[in-house]
Amino acid sequence: METRVLFKYIDDPNQINIDTAVGHGAYRAWEKTLRELKPEEVIEQVKSAGVRGRGGAGFPAGVKWGFIPKSSPKPKYLVCNADESEPGTCKDRVLLEHDPHLVVEGMAIAAFAIGCHLAFIYVRGEFVYPYRTMEKAIAQAYEKGFLGKNVFGTGYDLDMIVHTGGGAYICGEETSLLNSLEGERGMSRIRPPFPAIEGLYACPTIVNNVETLASVPGIINNGVEWYRQYGTEKSPGTKIFSLSGHVKRPGNYEIELGTPLSVLINDLGGGMIDENHKLKAIIPGGSSTPMLLPDQIDIPLDYESLAAAGSMLGSGAVIVMDDRTCMVWAARILTHFYRHESCGKCTPCREGTGWLEQLIGRIERGEGHPGDVEKIESICDNILGRTVCPLGDAAVMPIQSSIKLFRDEWQYHIDHKKCMVKTEFEFK
Amino acid sequence: MILTDDSIRLIKEKMGRYPRRKSAILPALTVAYFQLGYLSPEIYEEISEIIQIPKVEIAEAASFYTMFPKEPVGKYLIQVCHNISCALLGAEALIDYLQAKLGIKKGETTADGLFTLITVECLGSCASAPMMQINDRYYENLTREKVDRILEELRSQA
Repeated sequence: METRVLFKYIDDPNQINIDTAVGHGAYRAWEKTLRELKPEEVIEQVKSAGVRGRGGAGFPAGVKWGFIPKSSPKPKYLVCNADESEPGTCKDRVLLEHDPHLVVEGMAIAAFAIGCHLAFIYVRGEFVYPYRTMEKAIAQAYEKGFLGKNVFGTGYDLDMIVHTGGGAYICGEETSLLNSLEGERGMSRIRPPFPAIEGLYACPTIVNNVETLASVPGIINNGVEWYRQYGTEKSPGTKIFSLSGHVKRPGNYEIELGTPLSVLINDLGGGMIDENHKLKAIIPGGSSTPMLLPDQIDIPLDYESLAAAGSMLGSGAVIVMDDRTCMVWAARILTHFYRHESCGKCTPCREGTGWLEQLIGRIERGEGHPGDVEKIESICDNILGRTVCPLGDAAVMPIQSSIKLFRDEWQYHIDHKKCMVKTEFEFK
Repeated sequence: MILTDDSIRLIKEKMGRYPRRKSAILPALTVAYFQLGYLSPEIYEEISEIIQIPKVEIAEAASFYTMFPKEPVGKYLIQVCHNISCALLGAEALIDYLQAKLGIKKGETTADGLFTLITVECLGSCASAPMMQINDRYYENLTREKVDRILEELRSQA
């Protein structure tokens, strides 16, 4: 039921070694790229394949690469965004830990496509093991001559650096990541200029997610039609979904885009963790995406269908909640996260997330006042769309959807000074 | 110097790879953190000398990143993820259990200096919840029994 393309060799413990990876075809696409393709041909293939950014925004990767100005005399940079920290999302870690050469190869091809000779992978600081795996993979690639000077004797030079973060979710946002990479505090930048024009060290820069880049070698090896056989017309390819929460078999599953959510939750995930408790809500694309209700469980997991349902595919992190979950409690946990991770640059986000956490905490403790829900809605309205980066929007969307879908539960908390549903999940 | 020769060599090596020296700040802080388990003004001073960036800029960056404790911690830094996926599977009860088991509150260190307990935001291990990180290692799919075993093992290694 899974369609393992990126995860093809994920269960082979030797895949982290370059000889095993090469035996499985690693770096073939990289060699083909250097020997047979021009940068614009690589961009065209990725564009035609329709690869969309897997970090959350879903922007077409090839189109993004095409924004790099060819005539610029400045160096061009590629940055692989491995600062995975959106709650619910744990897919990139699997690729970094189990198939690092796929990531290196994808980065190398992307670097060539945009004329970059120094590429970075920004790994979140907490990911110590993935960081070491990537360091080792890159060192092995240098030893084999797949990186460094005159790669494959083609005259192309490419260096690669693994850079670690320091535990800031905001650094997954591309402009904050670039500031962080420059040694500054990871605060977002106003766009324009966009990174493709003025990014790292004020030079043209492309920032792509790990999974996005890992998708590239397959396209070079097998062609656009091969890639498009998977997924839907507008959302081609496979996608790794991180399934967590109240399901029997949580995990990372690679499936074709367009696969119904029910297949992921019930068939792959084994259904609800406790059959005495019913499905209550699903967060479909990482903690920042609006929730879905049980009657939406057959919705196809693709960018368009989720957008039409009022949510987002995001990073593909599906969080399942059963009827033991208090929505005010869940909102408080999520709001605490965004308050903690707000970089503080924009007043609506810095002040608003703190205010939201206080209000939601008050309601959860049974100290809510009449009008609190309306106040929360008003604060959300004053954060949404009023910040430099999307963290403010991310903080607001799950709360807005929680109130929209479960307003009676929020009101009950205020009126009765207690929760109508929550029974503690038993930690055995 | 607090930093060891190895740490200094590593910082210099990393610094040499970047087009701009300032990019080496986070890697340098990481090296210091791995050596000491925390950061301090003395460390900023040493890093400042090595990478030739004013100390204030080192401190400015360091204070932004929550992964680095700014004061000494126990031999084992226990970081429990308490975000949504872990919370749904009992992270709050796990924290209570650890507090009772270690006899400390969140943010405290045991009297023997072995364990410091803190909570952190999502560690990217959502499908293996509940989980915690101790120093640089992940411990996933936790149960009370597993927690007991892990603490015992660490105590016996100390």
